[in-house]
Amino acid sequence: MRTLSRIWAWLFLLVLIIFFSLTGDGFFSLFNFQAVAANVAILLIMALGQTFVIIAAGIDLSTGFVMGLASVAGALAMTSLPADTPLPLIVLTGLAAGLFVGLIPGLINGLIIAKLKVPPFIVTLGMFGIARGIGFLMSEGMPIPVSIPGLGRVGNGYLFYHYPGSGFSFLQPPAGVTGVELRQLTGILPHPVTYAIILVLAAHWLLKRSRFGLHTYAIGGNQEAAVRAGIPVDRRVIALYMLSAGSAALAGVLYNMRFTNGAANSGEALLLDSIAAVVIGGASLFGGEGTIIGTVIGALIIAVIQNGLVILGINPFWQFVAVGVVIILAVLVDQAKEQVAE
Amino acid sequence: MAEQTKREPTLRVAGLTKRFGGLTAVDHMDMNVYAGEVVGLIGDNGAGKSTLIKMISGVYRPDDGKIFLDGEETTFVSPLEARRLGVETIYQDLALCENLDASVNIFLGREPMRRSLGFLKAVDRKLMLTESQSVLDRLDIHIPNLRKPIREMSGGQRQAVAIARAVYWNARLMIMDEPTAALGVPEQRKVLHLVNTLREQNVPVLIISHNLQDVFAVADRVVIMRRGNKVGERRIEETSIDELVTLMVGGELVREE
Ligand SMILES: Nc1ncnc2c1ncn2[C@@H]1O[C@H](COP(=O)(O)OP(=O)(O)OP(=O)(O)O)[C@@H](O)[C@H]1O
Ligand SMILES: [Mg+2]
Repeated sequence: MRTLSRIWAWLFLLVLIIFFSLTGDGFFSLFNFQAVAANVAILLIMALGQTFVIIAAGIDLSTGFVMGLASVAGALAMTSLPADTPLPLIVLTGLAAGLFVGLIPGLINGLIIAKLKVPPFIVTLGMFGIARGIGFLMSEGMPIPVSIPGLGRVGNGYLFYHYPGSGFSFLQPPAGVTGVELRQLTGILPHPVTYAIILVLAAHWLLKRSRFGLHTYAIGGNQEAAVRAGIPVDRRVIALYMLSAGSAALAGVLYNMRFTNGAANSGEALLLDSIAAVVIGGASLFGGEGTIIGTVIGALIIAVIQNGLVILGINPFWQFVAVGVVIILAVLVDQAKEQVAE
Repeated sequence: MAEQTKREPTLRVAGLTKRFGGLTAVDHMDMNVYAGEVVGLIGDNGAGKSTLIKMISGVYRPDDGKIFLDGEETTFVSPLEARRLGVETIYQDLALCENLDASVNIFLGREPMRRSLGFLKAVDRKLMLTESQSVLDRLDIHIPNLRKPIREMSGGQRQAVAIARAVYWNARLMIMDEPTAALGVPEQRKVLHLVNTLREQNVPVLIISHNLQDVFAVADRVVIMRRGNKVGERRIEETSIDELVTLMVGGELVREE
């Protein structure tokens, strides 16, 4: 019975893909699929940490603005470097700054939730406002452009390139392909997708194989039992909110690379979508259930709906309606599953 | 047994007190448990038995009083430290994670690890399964599927898991709060047999039970609580069920018709 909701999600994704392939012109193409995947990467990365928190029967409402804060910090750090700094060093600096600034709200969330026993909903709602305010203060209310040569390719390049006639090349278009010839170039595996895949695999391992992952399920299943079993629950809770903030920060730095700017509100729209992805993926808001694969499916469902509706030329505001309907459906399936189990 | 009282007790609690708001659940309790001894802790509902043992196992912080294990003070330990010091507890509410399976529950907090991908440490699920199976076999308790989440198990199976979890580790002190409540008669016998085995291994057992027959069957000594106080302490051969009931409820001797 436990797999039912996930099968439901897989099937739903499949039905969506078939439906849009039949009705939407240009939906079923490598180009469009890669665009969908690249667009969902930031959302998915943010949802990875949220998956852990929700499995542990918590919630993190601050991730959207923590992402924004991290993107502002990353942008400020990278633009403050001298112009002749090598690109890898610039990227690392942005990553370090974004992560460092992003982890602070996670640490504070975790400490207050674990030690002072304030409900996560309240603490992270407070942090939502704090991170938002500080993000805008740091950026003086404006997006910060990061016009560093080559940076955009870190966020928008492909792992492989294919040019008819000259085969595949790694990371760069084949030498000698220039000008109009570039139009025939096909990129394979956008970098955001590669980053997301690596992080998904790491998160999956952490959740399914590590002691931390097992304790995450235990805390979500019965926190009191976890304490009595001797699990250092406070430490785990702090780590969980830092993990969530950390994945939001990584999303923020990826935003830097992808859009070559940093903005305090860059993650605003992603918070609810990322929670939706986790819930659609079969995680229970009561804790104890959920998987990384489920979250991946959930994020893909949201991305396919959004992309498909755009391709059908439907007013984009319908996207909100559609995703909302799917969230409610997902929870209904969850409840039906529970009733069948009883 | 006279020399026994001169030895250092494995567990000593002195003046132990716990209040919940205005209610004093445990009121200056003194009690000793010696190696190789089974002590029954009895009392009416709400007498404070579970609260007392939760202070010993580190769940509650005492408001007053002290706890010693083999003479060493352990008053404010956490459940984690209490388990490290060898105090294993079967809780009345079992304290299991319903979403996790039996083998994980048995090892929760002390998971065996193995190398994974060369440099990482992963939880050794396979070892947990085989070891769980062997501890249940040793207890002669049968659970058909160790991978099923606890939520899908019967009350008796859950209790068996809670017992197996405490038994797996070599306890220095075993605390059992109503260990047989959900069990059928054959399983109850197995638990009482287990208590006797622990005594033979010189592991002291503090057992709470509403079933006075059980207490008479295994305990060497009985401590009686009423409204948070110790109202009596008897060697089992010096007392009777009637006397214990009187002490538990207070006042006149209560007789069944
Ligand atoms: N966490 C708590 N918060 C408030 N009051 C509590 C708490 N735990 C126990 N109590 C109260 O303390 C008193 C003693 O409870 P306790 O559970 O120790 O009794 P008990 O002897 O184990 O009873 P039973 O035989 O029913 O298990 C009761 O009046 C109970 O209502
Ligand atoms: Mg009790």
